[in-house]
Amino acid sequence: MIARLLVADDNKVNRLLLARTLELKGHRVSCAENGRVALAMLRAEAFDLLLLDIEMPDLNGFEVLEALAADAKLVDLPVLVTSSLEGLDHVVRCIELGAEDYLPKPVNPVLLHARIGSSLEKQRLRRAQQELVRRFATPEVIEDLHRSGFALGGRRVRATVMFSDIRGFTGLVETLPPEETIELLNTYYMLMFDAIHGRGGVVNQMIGDGLMAIFGAPLPLADHAHRAVLAAIDMSETMELFNAERAGTGKPAIRIGIGIATGDMVAGYTGTEQRATYTCIGDTVNIAARLETHTKTAGRGILIDAATREALPPSVALEALGLVGLKGKGAAVDVFAVGPASP
Amino acid sequence: MTGPVIDPATFDELRAHAGAEFVAELVETFADEAPGLVGELRSAFAAGAVDRFRRAAHSLKSNSLTFGAMRLAALARGLELGGLPAEGAAIDALAVELAATLPALRSLARA
Repeated sequence: MIARLLVADDNKVNRLLLARTLELKGHRVSCAENGRVALAMLRAEAFDLLLLDIEMPDLNGFEVLEALAADAKLVDLPVLVTSSLEGLDHVVRCIELGAEDYLPKPVNPVLLHARIGSSLEKQRLRRAQQELVRRFATPEVIEDLHRSGFALGGRRVRATVMFSDIRGFTGLVETLPPEETIELLNTYYMLMFDAIHGRGGVVNQMIGDGLMAIFGAPLPLADHAHRAVLAAIDMSETMELFNAERAGTGKPAIRIGIGIATGDMVAGYTGTEQRATYTCIGDTVNIAARLETHTKTAGRGILIDAATREALPPSVALEALGLVGLKGKGAAVDVFAVGPASP
Repeated sequence: MTGPVIDPATFDELRAHAGAEFVAELVETFADEAPGLVGELRSAFAAGAVDRFRRAAHSLKSNSLTFGAMRLAALARGLELGGLPAEGAAIDALAVELAATLPALRSLARA
């Protein structure tokens, strides 16, 4: 495996010899003469592995390891420490700070290549695994897992929840071949994801033609209610464009309904130790789901609750629909419609 | 001090692995850098700068080991691990050994 490597060593003889050893194996090598320069290079361009000396002026190897561990983008970079510093305590400290291995100088070339090979292979597997996780979890959830680790259970947060689905989807499916349904769903999801992510929201569930998105968890988000409403407006406008395109090929328009509610909820991982999902639970979530269902009855595209409305600036055009009795809710809820009545 | 200035087995291994021409260049790089490191030892000693002193001795040790200059490496190691010496004689001894090491290395590199 040919890789892009960085050698950080303050000693010119060591730098040249290490670079030569690595280049003889076909690797592409850059050099840094101290820890500060090395960090700047690692932040500026992509490297597959760092060979790090310990005794360096201007950020020594230990300090570089600490900086890498604290940098979300560099925390996974494999580091091989090469040093002629004596004493087991130095080796232990390097490993504890996250180094893959510690090779004493002068470095044995055979051992060096074996260590680089296994580090790169481990890194490849780690990246493949991350890629897999990325496909099933949102970047925000992955970051939350990185920071706090995985634990079933939740914490109380104030956030905004959105539910959205396609009106009359069941009827639509009956008229379409399955392949076309999948294609339609994929396009729909892609457009909706873009709109939601664009405003800082996180899609955490997809069920058939419906989706649930959270604004303000797992990572805090300022103006979560306003952002959710702006995302809903973006989604509606995107669907208008999508429908115009479909009309050109004689296909029927796709209508969506969106319900939004703001309040306290419990956010966290539910499921089992083996399989879990990030979600939010609570009355606010139920209200958002019921508001989405109510869009059909109300003949409106976007419905929001009073707590969401209170967080909006006056620039957002609203219409108060008054108190509405929602299914499964004891007390009636004050409902507001965003945007025009749907056709 | 006993033993050859340069351990021939270490030097031969280095040449076999990195190439004779490259090693000849590397010897010249060491010849350029080493006097500066001795100078750094002297100035750190004079200033009582223990970290700088240790780092310069460490660098000299590391390079000496690379070329198989075991006697020079032993002297440098003594300075690296011994802290600031009471007097400058130890640095003088190292400078003398370096003066013997460089021509020996050049002669081996040409062989």
